[in-house]
Amino acid sequence: MSDTKDLGFTPNEMMTIAASRALKSDDVCFVGIGAPSAACNVARLTHAPDITLIYESGTIGTAPDVLPLSIGDGELCETAVTTVAVPEMFRYWLQGGRISIGFLGAAQLDKFGNINTTVIGDYAHPKTRLPGGGGAPEIATSSKEVYITMAQSKRGMVEKIDFFTSFGHGEGGDHRRRLGIDTAGPTLLITDLAIWKPDPVTKEFTVVSLHPGVTREQVQATCGWVVRFAEALDETPAPTELELTTLRDLQARTKAAHEGTAKGKAA
Amino acid sequence: MVKFLPLQEAVAENLHDGDTVAFEGFTHLIPTAAAHEAIRQGLRDLTLIRMTPDLIYDQMIGMGMAKKIVFSYVGNPGVGLLRRARDAIENGFPRAIEVEEHSHAGMANAYDAGAAGLPCAVFRGYRGAGLATVNPNIKSVTCPFTGEVLAAVPAIRPDVTFIHAQKADRKGNVLVEGIIGIQKEAVLSAKRAVVTVEEVVDSFDDLHPNLTVLPNWTIAAISVVPGGSHPSYTHGYYERDNAAYLEWDEIAADRDRFQAWMQKNVLEAKADDFAARVEHLRKAA
Repeated sequence: MSDTKDLGFTPNEMMTIAASRALKSDDVCFVGIGAPSAACNVARLTHAPDITLIYESGTIGTAPDVLPLSIGDGELCETAVTTVAVPEMFRYWLQGGRISIGFLGAAQLDKFGNINTTVIGDYAHPKTRLPGGGGAPEIATSSKEVYITMAQSKRGMVEKIDFFTSFGHGEGGDHRRRLGIDTAGPTLLITDLAIWKPDPVTKEFTVVSLHPGVTREQVQATCGWVVRFAEALDETPAPTELELTTLRDLQARTKAAHEGTAKGKAA
Repeated sequence: MVKFLPLQEAVAENLHDGDTVAFEGFTHLIPTAAAHEAIRQGLRDLTLIRMTPDLIYDQMIGMGMAKKIVFSYVGNPGVGLLRRARDAIENGFPRAIEVEEHSHAGMANAYDAGAAGLPCAVFRGYRGAGLATVNPNIKSVTCPFTGEVLAAVPAIRPDVTFIHAQKADRKGNVLVEGIIGIQKEAVLSAKRAVVTVEEVVDSFDDLHPNLTVLPNWTIAAISVVPGGSHPSYTHGYYERDNAAYLEWDEIAADRDRFQAWMQKNVLEAKADDFAARVEHLRKAA
């Protein structure tokens, strides 16, 4: 967003930090890779030191010093309380109802929190074949709640997703209940511009807080559906010095670690 | 009973054209050396099963060896898409492939059912998920006790499974440590299993009693291939080559560059070359 003033932080940093604030020390969080992973670890390194972070590779209670590139980097296992096999991960820990927050990213998202990471276009003849769901279809329905984080774009936030990789609130309202799903589903969406929560009745994501310097028009211009705003719209508190330093240090350590292997190879 | 064999013989004896095969490894312990040997032997019409078909299936698909893939995440973890797999699915290049797609929970339960000798797996899954509408192998059963409708998928039973592991003892028992993923279930669900290991030690007598050890009679063949999971990693031996995963994204993006890379690094290479590839990833400590 080149038309905004320099606030001392980027929209992506604000997104990660706003997402990290939603997590509590007593949460048991199933962590998606990418933006969720950064947010979860900033939370752990700032206000939620006792949070239990779980990655689908089987690492439970992990505390990586650098962000993993994959969900199965060795760092996750070395710092975990315990590491279990993948069937146990999905059966006992996720299906067993032990996860309080499933934290997911999205390639395509609709206003009811349904996510597509499978295909762009028709499933049988896709225009773009994306990686697919991995653990997400069950994370979305077995976690007590789901948080979603993604940068806004018209391509990403669409009226109609091409494929239901993971179910949010379906067509809205009580659609989850009608399918026999008794977990809450998506309760929070954190983008680079705003914080969104589902309407209590329709379950449509509604903007409840704008990040510092962001306008309603910017939120609408980068979203493919007609955006609803809460009547009492908050402003997200700007990142604190501690939050920013923690995030930037984490990212610097991560960059150095991932490039380290490349340097070794050249040498 | 298990045989210690050079990798070339272990692959030739156990993998045949048309087989259903799993090269498993959940980010950790990926059996890259075994997959490269299969590529050198030019096997055809394989059904490739894997939860996370990363670089090695991208390579096998790109070389035209696969007629079908069964998977739950067809990406380069943390990097993005698998470009050779995409080319096959989107454009039928170098050949069209069949796709059977599941979630991780679906695949993990299906391997577990295979290892348990069950015909199918039953679990709480795929609720509201689009996969249930495009994959005819995702069905449902009703719990006879509670009436709850649960997902059912057929058990996975590969003709042969390949895994990489830390070490074997002289008798051919195999130790798997760290992120153990689906290694044990993939071995026990298969008709035959081939394991590449970093090293062979005299005995496992001093191991902690609850570690994951596959008894020698569950394995057909063991090959000693130090570095055999590169660019994946082997916990306790060498780290994941994250830079190589980033680099693969560029190599696989171009059909000609891919072929040139495969020629040099796979077709004209051998299993012994893996040790040198991980030298810079071994911890100094």
